[in-house]
Parts: sequence; structure tokens; C-alpha cells
Amino acid sequence: MVTTLQADKIVDARGAQCPGPLVELIRAIKEVPVGTVVEVWTQEPRTKEDAKAWCERAGHEFLGAFPADGYERVLVRKKR
Amino acid sequence: MGQAKVVIVGGGVGGTFVANLLAKHSDRLEVTVVDATGVHHYQPGLLYVPFGWERPERLRHDERRLLHPAVQLLQAPVERIDVDARQLRLSDGGMLPYDFLVIATGSCPVPDEIPGLAEGSHHFYTEPAAVRLREALHRFEGGRIVVGIAGFPYKCPPAPLEFTLLLDDWLRRRGLRKRTEVVFVTPLPQLFSIPTVAPLFEELFARKGIKVETFFNTERVEPERRRLVSLEGKELDYDLLVLIPPHRGSPLIDASALGDKGGWVPTDRNTLQVKGQERLFALGDATDLPVSKSGAAAHFEAPIVVSNMLQLLEGREPIACYDGSVMCLVEVGDGKATVLRFNYERPPYPPQPSVLWRWVKALMNRFYPATIPRAIALDVLFAAWQGKFAPLSPFCGSELMERLRRGHSGDS
Repeated sequence: MVTTLQADKIVDARGAQCPGPLVELIRAIKEVPVGTVVEVWTQEPRTKEDAKAWCERAGHEFLGAFPADGYERVLVRKKR
Repeated sequence: MGQAKVVIVGGGVGGTFVANLLAKHSDRLEVTVVDATGVHHYQPGLLYVPFGWERPERLRHDERRLLHPAVQLLQAPVERIDVDARQLRLSDGGMLPYDFLVIATGSCPVPDEIPGLAEGSHHFYTEPAAVRLREALHRFEGGRIVVGIAGFPYKCPPAPLEFTLLLDDWLRRRGLRKRTEVVFVTPLPQLFSIPTVAPLFEELFARKGIKVETFFNTERVEPERRRLVSLEGKELDYDLLVLIPPHRGSPLIDASALGDKGGWVPTDRNTLQVKGQERLFALGDATDLPVSKSGAAAHFEAPIVVSNMLQLLEGREPIACYDGSVMCLVEVGDGKATVLRFNYERPPYPPQPSVLWRWVKALMNRFYPATIPRAIALDVLFAAWQGKFAPLSPFCGSELMERLRRGHSGDS
């Protein structure tokens, strides 16, 4: 499942503390066309929940968070 | 070897403090501060200007008078830092060579990053903006005031919350609170970026009837309709808007190709050397460090920069390490304040707001211009609160300090 999700844009926010990764995700979503999948790399444990809650509010699709080597990949599809 | 030339770019808290600490070593160092205006602004005081509780002229200081007599002040805009040639190119065409460079160029609000923000919104992060807001507030007769954060990063993270709580006080004193709805907007899922601090503000805001809109990323401001539109699809009308713009590093950093995409200087989180540059240091807002952009951070960083520069001068490894310490005294209204003390490892746990902390903040605001010329570190005071002896902190890389630190963190 992990490998089937292909991101169109990757944002490396490793090392950034809260709210850095969420801010980077929102900035990326703002810039890309509808339908784009954005992937954020984060080492901040709160990003997953924050991104999920933000997607619900903003009407985007939260595709999940997947563990990688020392960080987490958080994937979101821009829906509108 | 004769005197080494140290050039400090920027005469704010960080630059001035580093210069005055280095002045004690004037037998070995020739210290020059380069500042575009020669005017030193005590920025924490701008918070009070919109309410008429502080006069802007009292926050302006002649940089020359704040600097130790052994420090030279060169009042000139810098066009470019040429790292390869180890010199600064000044706007008048002159060149200034250095052996060590300290980058203390600060940050600046950039309202232009959000459409309509510059025209439609107020803020209080510069003197002209704070004065304009004072005029607008004194004309205000009721309606909806929207306060908030337009983007990240921005200077002094608690300031928008402090402003909102003081605004509530001010409106009550003017008899306008019942006719005014105060709404706070933030891009974050909670009221403050640090989870251990958010509940304190949430309780205060709820008690004072201040509405909070979380996950509100301002996409644009429509000044003619007095409307705020968020990326999340929400619209909010306002009568008065006070939205803190996102900040960028100094244009000089961009011009010198020394910064990341935000104009922040990549800086070693412990030694405060510019990454990849042994004889370049950065401190304060100018860095890309994951700490608050605030004068307090610059204050804690200054002795580390000085200690490491002296180590290098003696041909030793820079061993002083900055632990991410920041301290903010935070106004919460009703004549009270609290304090946030934290570092890279430990988040802040603010004490119950009290009149005492409000007095400490007032004393700091009052005595800042007297302490900085003497390089009296506020961290002596801070250290007393932290329960450790500050003059040892530059040596926190030493084995003894490591053991003390481990012992300390083991207790908590």
C-alpha cells in the first residue's frame, strides 16, 4: 500500500519543529493545482494529527501517514 | 598577531550585546558595528504604542550611546557580504574587511506576501505601523476587530496574543468592549504553537469572550469590502484588522546569497557559526534556528558567540554551546503577566499569571537601555530563575556542565 501512493510534490520538513511541517504542507497545497498529491516529510509527531484535522477543515483528502527511515511521510491530495 | 578585526552587521539586541561583550577584549580585538540607521529600537515596547501606553520616541535609542566606547560604529547601509573576500561592500562603494563577522541583521515583516494585507491590515511590529494602529484604534467606536497571525514565521510568537488581551483591557477602559466583538484568527490547530502553553491562553480568551478561529490561513484581504478570506474557504468581515504579517530575513542576506528560501542564515544550533563558515557567526532573528525570533534568544546567544570567537582566536575548537534558551515575559491583561522559559529540550510550563511577573516585565522594559551598554546580561537574572549560574553557561559543552545538565534533567 505504501508504495502505490505516488506524490506529485515532496516537501522535506525534517528537523522543523511544530508548527513548521504543517505550515510547509499548507504552503505547498496553496501552490499546487487541484488533484495534486503532496507529501511532507516530518519528524514532528504531531504533524499527522494536525494535518488530518486541517484536511477535514479545509476540504482536502488526508491519504495517511507512513513511517520511513527516521521520519514520517504525510500524504494529502488537494481537492478543491 | 595584532588586533583581529571583528565586524558586526546590525545594531539590534544581538549585535549590540555581542559588541559590548567583545569590547572587554579590546586588547586583542578591534570591534566595529555597522548599522544602516544608527538608531536602536527597543521593539518589545511597540506592543504598548497602539494603546497610547508607551511613546514611540522613548523606544528609540542612539546606538552610539548603547555601545561601549571601545566599539566603533559605522552608520552605513551594507550592500553585500562577500564571504570569499572576507569583506563587506557598503552602499557608498566602500569596502570593510574583517577577520570575524557576526550577522545580526534581524528580520522584517513582509505584508506583501499576502494580497491585500498591506492595504487592509494594521500591525505593530514597526514604529510607523504601531503609530498608524494607535490612530485607527483611537478612532474606533465599536464593531468587529479581527486580530491574528497571517503567516509564519513571525517575530515574538506571543505578541499577537498579548496584544489581543491588552486590547480587551483597553476596550473595557474606554467603555467599548460591549460594542466590540474581538476575533482571533490563527493558521494553527490551537491558539499557540507550543502545546504546553496553548491551554493557558485558551482559558484566558474564553473567559474574556474573545472568539478564536483556528486553521484560518489568510489567503487574501479585501480592503474595500473589509473582508478576510481563508485558504480553508471561510470569510470574515471586519471593522478593524490587526494581522501580523509573515517575516523574512534581511534583504542583505538574500543579496549576499547567504540565506535559505526565507532569507534565514543556516546556523549551527550549538556553536552559532554559520554553517560551513568557521569565522562567521549569526544570532538573533537572522538565523534559521528552531527557536523564537526574539530579543531574548539573541541575548542568550550573544555570550556563546563571544566565547566561541575567543576560542577560535586562540586556535582552539569552539566549545561553547547554545542550548536553545529563550525567555518571554508575556502580558495577559488585568495587569498580570506570565513567563515562558524553554530551550531545545524542555518546553515551557508557564506559571499562573501574576502581578509580580508584570512588574518584572515593566522593570525589564525600563532598564534595558541602562543594562545593555554595560553588557549586563539579563541572563544573570534569568539564571537565578532557572536555578543555575549563567556565567558558566558558555562552557556548557564541558564535561562538568554536561554532568550538571544531565543531573538537572534527571531530576525533572
